Amino acid sequence: MTTQPARPAPSGAFEYLTTRKDEFVGWARKFSLFPYPFVTACCAMEFMSVSSTLYDTDRFGAALPRFTPRQSDLLMVVGTVTHKQAPILRKVYEQMCEPKWVIAFGVCATSGGFYQNYAALPGIDRIIPVDLYIPGCPPRPEMVIDGIMKLQDRIARDRHPIINEKF
Amino acid sequence: MNEAVFTEIREQLSGVTREAAVEHGVLALEIEPANLLEVVDALKDAFGFDMFLDVTAVDWPEREPRFDVVWHFYSTRHFVRVRVKTRVPLAAPSVDTLVPFYGSARYMERECHEMYGIVFRGNEDLRPILLYEGFEGYPLRKDYPKQKEQPLVPYRETKS
Repeated sequence: MTTQPARPAPSGAFEYLTTRKDEFVGWARKFSLFPYPFVTACCAMEFMSVSSTLYDTDRFGAALPRFTPRQSDLLMVVGTVTHKQAPILRKVYEQMCEPKWVIAFGVCATSGGFYQNYAALPGIDRIIPVDLYIPGCPPRPEMVIDGIMKLQDRIARDRHPIINEKF
Repeated sequence: MNEAVFTEIREQLSGVTREAAVEHGVLALEIEPANLLEVVDALKDAFGFDMFLDVTAVDWPEREPRFDVVWHFYSTRHFVRVRVKTRVPLAAPSVDTLVPFYGSARYMERECHEMYGIVFRGNEDLRPILLYEGFEGYPLRKDYPKQKEQPLVPYRETKS
């Protein structure tokens, strides 16, 4: 015969925590960013460096890249986006579920960088909304980490409506 | 050793070349567009230029005829490169295709066609390869506006 272990009697202290819903949801969301790397160019090297051992974005809960936009909530656009690629980026963005955030990683994604020609899109914010810009050609890993932390701060401070106009 | 091969090529093709010179270790031949197939045939058959390296164009906006079309070939028999150049005017920017000699010319002629508007007579498939359908103009011509954009996705309204 098995016996259930006795449930400890409530002590009366720390049995309940009260918090604001937005703070609680924000806290949960900021440590479970699932990035989708939309990696097109040389910034990819820096992206690999920042996600691997030395700099380790795992510390921020942004470790596990999902290779489908439907499972991810952070779109990292890493590198130059051309006009020919713009419809693909747009489609990836539209497939992501709310809530979602977008990081423009590197100067090409931010503004087109030194590409001002017939081929390059002058900044991904022309076609999708961007939450955070990380400049640099390429950005240092420290800048990326700083950027992720700033985004986390923003998520923590944000409103997190359970029901919003899009959902 | 290169010199010997180059001299031989120059002698054999002297009837159809306007100018021939060795530049940076590459033999550069200037020819008339009409002689292209003859020259390439001779290079490939007699000298083993069996590798098609590149075809591109040069835009000289103030010159008439305006475009240079430039081919590069490599000989795996003699280990030398040769450059073939010809001039075509803006009014009829066309040369013969080299697809019957080199299959790989098919793609490179497509690129040259979309970037410079050179027409390769006989290449049936000159669809854009790096650019997209609906792109207007030839971006690597000097008169294409540097900042001109032809976006495929309409731009968002931005507050700025």
